[in-house]
Amino acid sequence: MSRAAGQRGGAREVKFVPDEEVLRHIADDAGVKVQRDKTRVTVSVNKFVKTLEDISDDEAHEVLEEKNYVAALGVCAQDELGNGSSVSGDEVYSFQTPKRSSRMIELASELAQTPGRSIAPDRSECPEKTAQTPQRSSNFLWAETAWKCTRSKKKEFVSTTPYRLRKRLAAPDQYLESESEYSASCSEEEEEEEDQKEVSTALPAQKTPAETKAASTPPPRNNLARKHKEDKMSNLVEEYFEAHSSSKVLTSDRTLQKLRKRRLNQETLHDLLRKAPLAYAAEIKELNQQHESLFSKWVLQLHLGFNIVLYGLGSKRDLLEKFRTSVLQDSVHLVVNGYFPSITVRSILNSITEEVLDHAGTFRSPLDQLEFINKRFKEDSSLELYVLIHNLDSQMLRGERSQQILAQLSSLPSVYLIASIDHINAPLMWDQAKLSLYNWLWYETTTFSPYVEETSYENSLLVQQSGSLALSSLTHVLRSLTLNARGIFRLLAQYQLENKDNPSYPGLSFQDFYQQCREAFLVNSDLTLRAQLTEFRDHKLIRTKRGADGVEYLLIPVDDTTLTDFLEKEDEDV
Amino acid sequence: QQIQEDLNKQLFDNLVNFLRQSHSEFQKKTTEWTCRMKSREIPTAALVLGVNVTDHDLTFRSISEVLQSNVTPYIALLEGKDCPGIKNLMQKLMGQLMNCYIDVDSVEDEDYVQVSQNRVRCSMTSLINWYKSVTKKTDSETPSRKRASSSRHCQSPLVVVIFKDMESFTTKVLQDFIVISSQHIHELPLVLIFGIATSPMIIHSLLPHSVSSLLCIELFQSLSCKEHLSTLIDKLLLTGQFPFKLGEKVLRVLINIFLYHDLSVQNFIKGFQICVVEHFYSQPLSILCCQLEDIKKRVNALGHDQCENIRRLPSFRRYVENQVSEKQIALLTADDFLKEAVQKLLEDLHVYHENYVSVLRCLHVFTSSLPKYPLGKQIRELHCACLENRVWEIEEYESSLQLARMLNKSDLVTMLQQCVEIFVSSSGTEFDKTVEKLKEFLTQFQQLEAEAFQEQDVSVSSQKELQKKTDLYHLQKTLLELKESRRSKKLTKFEMLRFEVVDYIDSLVRKYLVPADHKTLHEIMYFNTASVLREHMNAAPRIALHTALNNPYCYLKNQALKSDGGGISNKAPDICIAYRLHLECGRLINLVDWLEAFSTVVTAAEGPSADAASSDQVDDVVHARFIRAVSELELLGFIKPSKQKTDHVARLTWGGC
Repeated sequence: MSRAAGQRGGAREVKFVPDEEVLRHIADDAGVKVQRDKTRVTVSVNKFVKTLEDISDDEAHEVLEEKNYVAALGVCAQDELGNGSSVSGDEVYSFQTPKRSSRMIELASELAQTPGRSIAPDRSECPEKTAQTPQRSSNFLWAETAWKCTRSKKKEFVSTTPYRLRKRLAAPDQYLESESEYSASCSEEEEEEEDQKEVSTALPAQKTPAETKAASTPPPRNNLARKHKEDKMSNLVEEYFEAHSSSKVLTSDRTLQKLRKRRLNQETLHDLLRKAPLAYAAEIKELNQQHESLFSKWVLQLHLGFNIVLYGLGSKRDLLEKFRTSVLQDSVHLVVNGYFPSITVRSILNSITEEVLDHAGTFRSPLDQLEFINKRFKEDSSLELYVLIHNLDSQMLRGERSQQILAQLSSLPSVYLIASIDHINAPLMWDQAKLSLYNWLWYETTTFSPYVEETSYENSLLVQQSGSLALSSLTHVLRSLTLNARGIFRLLAQYQLENKDNPSYPGLSFQDFYQQCREAFLVNSDLTLRAQLTEFRDHKLIRTKRGADGVEYLLIPVDDTTLTDFLEKEDEDV
Repeated sequence: QQIQEDLNKQLFDNLVNFLRQSHSEFQKKTTEWTCRMKSREIPTAALVLGVNVTDHDLTFRSISEVLQSNVTPYIALLEGKDCPGIKNLMQKLMGQLMNCYIDVDSVEDEDYVQVSQNRVRCSMTSLINWYKSVTKKTDSETPSRKRASSSRHCQSPLVVVIFKDMESFTTKVLQDFIVISSQHIHELPLVLIFGIATSPMIIHSLLPHSVSSLLCIELFQSLSCKEHLSTLIDKLLLTGQFPFKLGEKVLRVLINIFLYHDLSVQNFIKGFQICVVEHFYSQPLSILCCQLEDIKKRVNALGHDQCENIRRLPSFRRYVENQVSEKQIALLTADDFLKEAVQKLLEDLHVYHENYVSVLRCLHVFTSSLPKYPLGKQIRELHCACLENRVWEIEEYESSLQLARMLNKSDLVTMLQQCVEIFVSSSGTEFDKTVEKLKEFLTQFQQLEAEAFQEQDVSVSSQKELQKKTDLYHLQKTLLELKESRRSKKLTKFEMLRFEVVDYIDSLVRKYLVPADHKTLHEIMYFNTASVLREHMNAAPRIALHTALNNPYCYLKNQALKSDGGGISNKAPDICIAYRLHLECGRLINLVDWLEAFSTVVTAAEGPSADAASSDQVDDVVHARFIRAVSELELLGFIKPSKQKTDHVARLTWGGC
């Protein structure tokens, strides 16, 4: 089989030079048909790379790929079915909004059919190896357009290969990598722009026999598949559990670090966003004005014993702020920022008792406190309180007990509550009893304004949360230490960076570390090193872990980029 | 605005009255128990209330009121959420009992201190001590009262403990409480009341046999919430008392919410309140929606603008168009003339309502007993049908008339008698004739009975035969056959009379049950914007989010966002694009891939100038925008960070898996 691969690879190698030209061509020319050709291009690229690589290394992959392929055979027949059923899935998901087949999906299904066709005849005629080639090529295409078109199960097997491809591509030739990536992204742009241009004339030269056949005999499977659509719909439920039962989900392994992209921290993010113009500002303003016209109605309804909840996309903070400043200026009101990560019901109740009711005492439980508030409000009928809660559905307030208390609070006749919710499942917080306590009036206020405040407390994956902080604390602590201590830490950091590619790196064992420190004349005894390490540990600069063999391992709990930055800075200082 | 306050108050009064009625029989039984209290067994009432949990509060409040006024001053209401442990339960119990004791005996300082001391150590013994002291006190202090109370409750007053929601109590707490209190039943006459939402079986599943044997349970079934609803509708909508009316669509929405969502009477009332508020807020002419006596005053007070508003009403325009030309001019130009006309029209409307209700009831009497209920079993269904369009034009009405033509005599006579009662009780003056006519029918029937007994007997038996076949299809078929045969045969006197009666009812219906929106100025009385109500009562936040994300054009009216297929264009707001892209993914999403796709879309949208330079390296601003979009999606609950793989997020909604 490897011989066959080699032969085929060789054959491709000859063809490869025009392929590049084609790639360039595609960059300029775009069209729906190009995609088919591009699959060919990527095939050849792929093959070319394979020949460069070690065959034996390839063998292992082949086995895997074969497995994949067998799975693919099983699933492939259902590909179109999957497409069909996913429509219904979409419908279920889309909360009863009428399903309109969007342009993207149409395009995606078009795309989906192209590789499907090339697979079918191959499988019937060629031996495994040849069948695999187009399969893989289609996979590659798929991965790049996965964002647009992947559907149901297909995704599972589809997106595994491209990673392997990418890895392989990345290893031998930088130029190739950029080239292939370029073509892929180019295809995406095509879809966006929907340019329908002619196919370049250079293309027929590369047609492999298998593919010509594919083009000439499109399998009738598609139509059949459409007929089976209805049968498949009922399987949606089973599909769901099937998809969720398998513990492993296959997605590409790319990480942000490989992107050679520094992570942004909170401030730069803010700056950048401030610079970026807000899209559709005029329309958003109009929307807001629409909502603002409801203010007087809100007040009336609040006074009649209803409470108001706002929902819809976009931050409702500004709207509520405006309501507060325009209407509630002269009345007692309390603003609760629910999105704040350390807000609790107790703090809300405290601020009511302490600041609104001027009560200094403390309470044993929130229930007692509530009782007290209740009593006070009953005694003094002139007492009125508006409570504005931004994000009633935030992490801290979403619990059952806190909702219960807030509901009881809001049911007091002279407490008027206006709250906003954002989470899609927010209404699930309330059962019948709470709903009747809250006595909500729902208002849809879609504002489309960005959630600036609300998301700023969130630990987003993409934002470098602790990086800068860790770096500054590192340098700060180390600056106060002796030169030897700094050297010790440097040693550890360097060692850790050397091993950063090893995923199972346990840390540096104490004995080795001691040895190294001795060699660098940093310590003279076991004890001095231990004392130093204790100091590090107190400042949370290192972490110790006991391995399976009882040896103590030392680790710096900081991510690699920060550590590199730190070392660079140190070098500058020295 | 005042009117609506009145309305609301009346509404609640109605409900409370109703509940009181329904539970008075229950309260009687409680008093009976006190006499046959057995040792060691706690008399217990299990009250099956149904699933409409929200209404229970009101029910319990009225129960405790009734009990307090009639049976015993010592009542404690306990809720499951207040009592996580036996200690809390006792605390609450003591607190409530002693507080209510204070309420009864008009607070004395001494007592108050005592109570606060007791509060520190809550136990059954202290409770008993308290109880003894209280009863002793009443003995010594007010002997006359004692006598009164003893005559009322046989012996010393009971202590009633109500568990509002038995299901939500922890089993342990309940068991402990029951066991403890059964030890002290001699000293403390205790009665328990369990509120049950599901089924009475829950008592046995919650409590083991050893505990439940300590209870002497009697089961009470409260009325179903549907019956609550029908009385409510009866008292609220089908009376001439309140000028405010619900339009057909609104009523449908309210009833649907009730039947399909929560079965909560309270929610129904809330919906009604919203309607009232909305009507008075949005309709400037709602000022005229008032009692008959006030109309004249209010019409005269109308300003010129309001007159213009009236002229703009579509129903009024229709009315004007049907008038002669000089009257048209007068109506459209002279405010005074308009006011007079309006006043007259409004009075007409009131009269119409009065007539409407009684004829509706009358029709209901006829239709509700027909087989298969072509016009619905409940009067609310009939009401809806009448509001919707001309009732005599719908098919069901035809078939129900057909069926009514086949009623047997005794049924017909009872129905006619009921109708007479309805009309007599109604305040409308126009019905004198109708009553006479109906009475005439009745006497005719009696004569018939005397005269042609045999003949009638035959026909009735044939009718009975017919009635056995309840299948509509067969019925119609036989009906047709009968018709054919009758064409040849001469009708009996009874049949003639029956036809006459049905025709007369039909004529009444045609005369009085005109749908309200055919009436002039119905906008003043009727609230018909169901969409508003639905929006506020039965909101769909998820749909709103989804449309906003999927089709921003719905909200942002910008041409650039408009796309033919309904999908989003690449110029949509960032979050929409990110959302759209994430829809295409499986359970886990690779952030890098996502970012790349996002940036290609965004750069493509920004124009071809940027793409060559930034296609391989994502530009910082785009990166920042992506971060924002992702964190917004996280806030909205579409994704969450995942530890399964580096730089991956997990999708929380399914559909693309």
